Amino acid sequence: MLSYLVRRLLLLIPFSLGVAFVVFALLHVIPGDPAIVLLGEEATAEALAQVRTNLGLDQPLPVRFGLYLLDLVRLDLGRSIFRNEAVSTVIAERFAATAEVALLATLLSVVVGVTLGVVAAVRRGSIVDVGCMLFAQLGVSMPVFWLGILLMYLFAVRLAVLPSIGRGEPLVDALLAAAMGNPGVLRTSLAHLAMPVVALGLNGAAILSRLVRSSMLETLSADYVRTARAKGLPIRRVVMGHALRNALLPVISVVGLQFGALLGGAVLTEGIFGWPGLGQLAVGAISQRDIPLVQGLVLVFALMFALVNLAVDVLYVVVDPRVRLR
Amino acid sequence: MTALRRLGSNLPLLVGGLIVVAILFIAIFHPWLSPYGPEQMDMRNRLALPSAAHWLGTDNFGRDLWTRLAHGAAISLSIALGSVAVAAAIGTLIGLVCGYHGGWLDLILMRIVDLFLGFPALILAMALVAVLGPGAVNVAIALVAVFWTEFARVVRAAVMAERQRDYVRSALALGASDARVILVHILPNTLGPIVVLATLAIGTAIVAESGLSFLGFGVQPPAPTWGWTLAYGMRFLRSDPWLCTVAGLAIMITVLGFNLLGDGLRDLLDPRGMTRRGEGATPAAGPDSSSGRAS
Repeated sequence: MLSYLVRRLLLLIPFSLGVAFVVFALLHVIPGDPAIVLLGEEATAEALAQVRTNLGLDQPLPVRFGLYLLDLVRLDLGRSIFRNEAVSTVIAERFAATAEVALLATLLSVVVGVTLGVVAAVRRGSIVDVGCMLFAQLGVSMPVFWLGILLMYLFAVRLAVLPSIGRGEPLVDALLAAAMGNPGVLRTSLAHLAMPVVALGLNGAAILSRLVRSSMLETLSADYVRTARAKGLPIRRVVMGHALRNALLPVISVVGLQFGALLGGAVLTEGIFGWPGLGQLAVGAISQRDIPLVQGLVLVFALMFALVNLAVDVLYVVVDPRVRLR
Repeated sequence: MTALRRLGSNLPLLVGGLIVVAILFIAIFHPWLSPYGPEQMDMRNRLALPSAAHWLGTDNFGRDLWTRLAHGAAISLSIALGSVAVAAAIGTLIGLVCGYHGGWLDLILMRIVDLFLGFPALILAMALVAVLGPGAVNVAIALVAVFWTEFARVVRAAVMAERQRDYVRSALALGASDARVILVHILPNTLGPIVVLATLAIGTAIVAESGLSFLGFGVQPPAPTWGWTLAYGMRFLRSDPWLCTVAGLAIMITVLGFNLLGDGLRDLLDPRGMTRRGEGATPAAGPDSSSGRAS
């Protein structure tokens, strides 16, 4: 297990190099000079030359890539052009906002998706099954940004029970405050979180419920389940004790992928609800051609995605003893 | 008759097919389906609700929403169909080569696929549009970059399964060339999963295109894209939620149509379920549609 982990972690190095190369190549062929973007069309030639030297834009491309890699090894992602702060600092500041939405949305997606999927499979062909699958089909087809807008209209505009945009105190701080006897802070934080989490969570739940249902149907028709039924075990114990565990195996990888994708910033949802996370940061950075920030963000996204995948693989081995490490 | 009966018993295929045909009809014939132009203003009828004169109401300039959404259908569908067709062609070619050849070529190409999958889909597309500049063709190119990997992985898996079969071995024993075995024998047997995946990918591409337009990275206004109409409608969410409602409905119904059609086609063409979302997928390799979703 340990050697497997070490090998997988070592494999991240060529992967990161590849990502760094793609990001670098993509952004250094951008039409438009970052120096002009930064200073405006009326800037003097001297000022532009100064900025180019500061950004290293006057060096040949291979040298720039080499210097970029050298900085990466020192965990230096460069400085954001527009914010004049270290890219790593900017990303770290926003990370918690994205992570708390991603975590809660994944949690909601698993709870709702697994419940609906199991109920639909056990009651196959009934009106409950049809209802669950109708929810799933509509949820899969509904763009999450439209769902967000509908939620906003209902809960923020009509009913006026939830704030339409922004974020409260960070969830961790709010929980601490609640533990210290100040539950109001936590209430505000949760009220802000509610709509983005529900929009993303329901979308994920729709995908999961279809997967859980078909996986569950397959398991329910397996011999060992029939044997358990024949021995006289009540259906509840067969479903919860025997079938569910096996049916959930393929679900793990999809939940991992969903979580990994959400950590990459739910760009549209964050935009609608004015959520100050990585997704909004990325949109701003790309619009402003803030090259170092875009490079840093994409690199961090790709690495997080790879790490989540690794975690899923390890989890597989822990949950299913039949899986052999290669 | 049996074909008809099979169609009747496959409700997703029937309903999805009907929706897709209707949307395609609107997209192709939209100039003749309305007496108004997409930019034509009617200042006396601003932000009107649906009526006999304006079937889906009007926006704040009195522009007819039915006309604008029908034009938007043409934009969305041509980008989605075009990008998925090219992505399917590229992905299929690479999947065929990787699955059949194996070895170092497979190793290198699949690492490139992994690399592409490691980027969040929408951010990759936005970055590409920022580099290439906005416009329908560039948006389509960005979507090709997002979607080809899924085809490569599914086709590769299908080819690896087919390669071991007796009919392939006998064709090779009879002296057929590799190219002939791939094109004449293996490709037709992998078409089912490709068609199913393409149908589902069109739905995802429509959501992605709308998402890009919503953020301002798609085809630029005044083109009445669905995503832009939705983003624009948000300004009137308090007073006139109707705008957002119809624009979103247009996207959802279209995506629903392609998803249902894809599910129905899967029952028909891909009973082994190579393209089932995430199912049977090992964590490291397996077709998945959820990672390409716009969130």
